[in-house]
Amino acid sequence: MFLNQFLLFSALLFCIGVYGVLTRKNGVLVLMSIELILNAVNVNMVAFGAFNDDISGQVFALFIIAVAAAEVGVGLAIVLLIYRNRRSIDVSEADLLQG
Amino acid sequence: MFLFATEAVETFEVSHWLFDYAFLIPAIMAGSFLITLFFGKRLGGQVHWIGVTAVSICFFLALATGFTWISQIESGGVEHAEASGLELAASSTGEFATEASGEGGEVEGKPAAVVNSLCWFDTGEAPNNNCDDLSAPKAVGIGTLIDGQSVLLLIVVTFISLLVHIFSTDYVSGDRRYTHYFAFLSLFTAAMLFMVLSSSTLQLIVGWELVGVCSFALIGHWWEEKANSDAALKAFLTNRVGDIGLLVGMSILFFAAGRTFDIQTINEAAVNGDISQGTLTVASLSLMAAVMSKSGQFVLHTWLPDAMAGPTPVSALIHAATMVVAGIYLIGRLYPVFWFGLSIPGSSINAMALIGGITVVGGGLLAFVQNDIKKVLAYSTVSQLGYMVMALGMGAWTAAMFHLFTHAIFKACLFLGAGALSHACHHSFDMKAEMGGLRKLMPKTFVTFMIATGALIGLFPLAGFWSKDEILVGAGAFPGTGGNGDYTIPLVFGLLGAALTAAYMTRVIMLVFFGEYRGHDHPHDPGPRMMIPLQVLAGLAVVAGLINMPTEWVGDTIGLKFEHWVEPGGGKVFPLISHASASPAMAILATLIGVVAIYFTYEYYRRLFAKNPRATEVTGGLRDHNKFARAGHTMLVQKYYLDHLYTDVIAAGTKGPLARAIYWFNQNVIDNVINYTGKGAVFGGQFLYRFIDQGLIDGSVNGSGLSALSSGGFLRKMQSGKIRNYATLMFGAATLLAAVFILAV
Repeated sequence: MFLNQFLLFSALLFCIGVYGVLTRKNGVLVLMSIELILNAVNVNMVAFGAFNDDISGQVFALFIIAVAAAEVGVGLAIVLLIYRNRRSIDVSEADLLQG
Repeated sequence: MFLFATEAVETFEVSHWLFDYAFLIPAIMAGSFLITLFFGKRLGGQVHWIGVTAVSICFFLALATGFTWISQIESGGVEHAEASGLELAASSTGEFATEASGEGGEVEGKPAAVVNSLCWFDTGEAPNNNCDDLSAPKAVGIGTLIDGQSVLLLIVVTFISLLVHIFSTDYVSGDRRYTHYFAFLSLFTAAMLFMVLSSSTLQLIVGWELVGVCSFALIGHWWEEKANSDAALKAFLTNRVGDIGLLVGMSILFFAAGRTFDIQTINEAAVNGDISQGTLTVASLSLMAAVMSKSGQFVLHTWLPDAMAGPTPVSALIHAATMVVAGIYLIGRLYPVFWFGLSIPGSSINAMALIGGITVVGGGLLAFVQNDIKKVLAYSTVSQLGYMVMALGMGAWTAAMFHLFTHAIFKACLFLGAGALSHACHHSFDMKAEMGGLRKLMPKTFVTFMIATGALIGLFPLAGFWSKDEILVGAGAFPGTGGNGDYTIPLVFGLLGAALTAAYMTRVIMLVFFGEYRGHDHPHDPGPRMMIPLQVLAGLAVVAGLINMPTEWVGDTIGLKFEHWVEPGGGKVFPLISHASASPAMAILATLIGVVAIYFTYEYYRRLFAKNPRATEVTGGLRDHNKFARAGHTMLVQKYYLDHLYTDVIAAGTKGPLARAIYWFNQNVIDNVINYTGKGAVFGGQFLYRFIDQGLIDGSVNGSGLSALSSGGFLRKMQSGKIRNYATLMFGAATLLAAVFILAV
């Protein structure tokens, strides 16, 4: 019972994140939603770590936070460049890769 | 000393670092060739120093090897030397041969050859690496074989080469291809040394062909004149005829001796009778073709007189003293093969003796009608080489090798002398037009030439006397000489040859040095660089014979030393041959024949010069009123029509009909084949075009393009460019994967 709450919470967070990624047009919000997904994973890591009495879960969580910071840095830079080029950060308009 | 042995002679081991490093001698000359060729131009007129230095080093190395060989024989090899306390060669074993310590003084047996081989290549097929054992089948070695014969040749080649190098620095100075001349002298010396040291027959063939190439290049040294390049081609092509025999013979021996090229193994097989008589006969006959072409034996001798087109020092080195004895060397090296292959046991018939005998007389006769001094000497070389082959055919191996040795000395002296004469006489070799009376004008050259002539004729006690006498007694037909049988016909040929030699050489002496000078120059003795080699050679022509005087005459201490040092022990790698004993009557008879011939020739010219000092031949002589004499003379002038036979009959005869046959073959067979092939190809092409190309290949190519297009059209719809769609696909796929994992695992 102890673990289930965290897993349910994490699954909820993940779903909110996926929903945000798929529905939001604003690039910054998309990035924020990705952060939600990553944090859902973090919660899982820490919860399993605590449940198994193993420190490595928390260590992985720390790594994910660092990677997420870097990813957000790159993502925001891309959003900034899109804004400079198009005066808009609507990701549904950025479809130049259309085949 | 005379062994009528029936069982194998004892052999003992000899060793010395000089024998192990003998490969350095040809290597130094090869290095000299490369240096001369690549850096020679910078030295200009001083380029000869490279060759002279290299060949001097080689000569001293060869001499040192020779002396070591002799001292090892005298002391009985390594173990014997240690046992008797002589410090000759350090043996690492350190075992003092206790059984030898009791003996002292006289050494029994003969030294075994020292072979040092590397693996050249392994012919495969065998389970083990055959390179571990070079006498084993299928391994081909390359290395050095040191025995009396190769040491002798080492010394002869390096010595004559050294003198020729020195002589050439003056004789060809200022030549337009001075660098190339010395480069090829070096290459020739290297190749010859490589050949005489070879331990396998394959290596011998390589050396043999290399000396042939050098001979070709040096005969055609002045190739701007058509005659010279023709002579070079003639020499090369005539030698090719013999080389086919060489290749065939060596191949037969390779298979007959159990798939090996190793010379010692082949010799052993021949001695032990492991090779059948028939095979040996065929192999030795094939090899005989090579000997005939290289060593100028009838009927393949025709290139040798023409080879005189090359510079005279080259004639001395290559076409008199060293290269032309390659054939003699080959017989000597594979003596069991030739001896058992060509002699019929119990009879005195031997193909070598016969060929040699014919060459002795045939070559000697041709020398009479030549006006070119070098050509006379060339035919004389042919005749003397005939003596050597004849001696080998009669089992007088040592006599042949000894004659090779003395002949190299006095014939080199004669050729270099002819060069000195021509150098003084308007660069002409014509005895009748440009020479005469040179006795007073060139006194030093006259003395050396006379000594060498005396040695060639075989006057006592000059070098040729001893070697020719040994060949004549070696025939065994003269009463009280023993030997290997009664070779009566070769003995007659030999004596006839002695008379001819005496007569034609007296003719040369009379035409060149007596009478009155007929040229338009001011002849004088040459400078020291040409004179000293001549004097050295003349000096040796006096004393060289003394190293093999018969023991019956001078005793064991100084007699037959050459035989003791050079001849290998019989029974293992050398046939058991009997040695003839010297006969004073034989020597006196041969000398008398020579002296009589000299007297008659001398009288002929004395009377001629008495009438007219500038005359060169008698007018209204025998030739002008005797039909047979005239026919004989014409025959000789035309060189037995052999050149006509080769160029007009054989070459032209094959040329005409062969060309017609080939034309017919071309028109009827080849053209038809080509036409039908063409038609077939057209038909096949059309078939291919229509069905395979158009139908199958084009269809599949078009089909694959079409399918790619349609599948692309379908798939491109997925590439919307919208991040959301990609994300949807990704999450959908991830969900799917997760579902698969959960359900499956």
